[in-house]
Amino acid sequence: MPHTHSLTQKLEELKKLAEASGIDVSDELTLLESKVKAASKTEMAWRRVELARHPDRPYALDYITRIFDNFIELHGDRYFGDDAAIVGGLGFLNGQPVTIIANQKGRSLKENMKRNHGMANPEGYRKALRLAKQAEKFHRPIITFVDTSGAYPGLGAEERGIGEAIARNLLEFSQLKTPIISVIIGEGGSGGALGISVGDKIYMLENAVYSVISPEGCASILLRDSSRAKDAAAMLRITSNDLLDFKIINGIIKEPEGGAHTDPDATAMNIKKVLVRDLQDLCDRPPAVLVRYRNQKIRKIGHWNEGED
Amino acid sequence: MSTDTPCPSCGTVHDTASIEAALKTCPSCGYHYRMEPAERIAYLADQGSFTEFSANLRSLNPIDLEGYEEKLSEAEAKARMKEAVITGTCTIEGKPVVLAVMSFNFMGGSMGSVVGEKVSRALIKGAEERKPVIIYTTSGGARMQEGIFSLMQMAKTSSAVAELAKSEIPYFVVLCDPTTGGVTASFAMLADVIIAEPGALIGFAGPRVIEGTIRQKLPDGFQRAEFQQDKGFVDIIASRQEQRHLLSLLIDLHKPYRACKEGA
Repeated sequence: MPHTHSLTQKLEELKKLAEASGIDVSDELTLLESKVKAASKTEMAWRRVELARHPDRPYALDYITRIFDNFIELHGDRYFGDDAAIVGGLGFLNGQPVTIIANQKGRSLKENMKRNHGMANPEGYRKALRLAKQAEKFHRPIITFVDTSGAYPGLGAEERGIGEAIARNLLEFSQLKTPIISVIIGEGGSGGALGISVGDKIYMLENAVYSVISPEGCASILLRDSSRAKDAAAMLRITSNDLLDFKIINGIIKEPEGGAHTDPDATAMNIKKVLVRDLQDLCDRPPAVLVRYRNQKIRKIGHWNEGED
Repeated sequence: MSTDTPCPSCGTVHDTASIEAALKTCPSCGYHYRMEPAERIAYLADQGSFTEFSANLRSLNPIDLEGYEEKLSEAEAKARMKEAVITGTCTIEGKPVVLAVMSFNFMGGSMGSVVGEKVSRALIKGAEERKPVIIYTTSGGARMQEGIFSLMQMAKTSSAVAELAKSEIPYFVVLCDPTTGGVTASFAMLADVIIAEPGALIGFAGPRVIEGTIRQKLPDGFQRAEFQQDKGFVDIIASRQEQRHLLSLLIDLHKPYRACKEGA
């Protein structure tokens, strides 16, 4: 962060100068300091957004193949088609059968045509629900990986009820009698992300972001200036640290220095460790207790003042 | 909606009194103007039966967003409401219900912590007091000023719908213009019977966002109530004049056969 770094240096020089000259500039200095702090916060948040969207960042399948043994992909929602923007299937986690559901972005232009840049249509969410119900039936834990800028805002998505599909998943996932662990691995984009991330434990990779709206969207609506996405990213508090502070997530999974793409193997191992540890604990709980805790946790979220009647 | 404003649908000019008398619809073509919660409650609830609960819940500023408190004060003054939804109990044609009515005037009916909490409480109250729950929706979606907390209200209200469903108490939604975003993608689409007002815009993504994605103009009527019924997402389109009796009928039609036998 060269920009704020040089500012911080200048600030230090100014302080020394003020001390030496005996002129009181403390008010100005405090103001400057808070401005520098805000600027560095903005840069930090934006760096996270850039890493979360980095073209080399590992996508769900990069982790799935590293974490699970014998992964078998299952296709289709049984109503309309197969949405490649969400992948799902079965595999073993240290010998334990699990169901895996994940947003999948494409690496090449051709793959992105197929995967719609990881933006799912209703059939993606309905496939996810089918596989989740199947997991519940066979008492298999569910692991979901979230990485999408959002559900697809297209004509067909609306015609086939993207709103209904996400809503249904929110309701059904809250009631599934099997453990669910969700990991935000890149972009956690709004309802499209939430649609596969209601669960017992929610984690974020260190450089993942999770937000109600994209920084660009927020900038154009709230700040009325679409070029101020960086400011919006900081304002919205979307980093893993923010979400841990807010107690929305259970923990942050470390990434290698420089981001997950610099060492996908190490990142996958970090994820795997957390999954194995948590699953042991979650599988010990009776399903009814699991569901009760999950819903108690969800229903507590929010900040309000009760007021007087 | 002053006297000199022609109806946006048919162009006929009517005076305010006759539009009000027609429950804020155009007496010529039936166009539905937007309606605020107080007016809806006055028409739906049996006279004097409405008792509000959780009336004084107020939003905090969970992500310390600059200017949010001021925005809330402005909204409060403009909508003359404390938040974007009113919740209460009342009777409709003598039948006890829990009723929640949203306001588009209050920050575009956006769902933050308070809307999520009040809607959830209404659903849970229905389960606990065994009263059917009726929610009138109108919303631009999640309230981004509350960041991730607003997104999580989608999960929260959906969890509350599941709770109501487990108690086998019916849940009816009336979708009003406009209902979009996070409200559509949560409690609005999860009712046992989904009713919509004629012409209401109902969708997940807003029309402008979709036009921006597909880079073409949307066809006429896209995402309107009639379109949503055609696509299979709305059970009944009911005019404002019909809604009260329709809801009353639906309540009766959801009584289990055992209760009918016992009650006879």
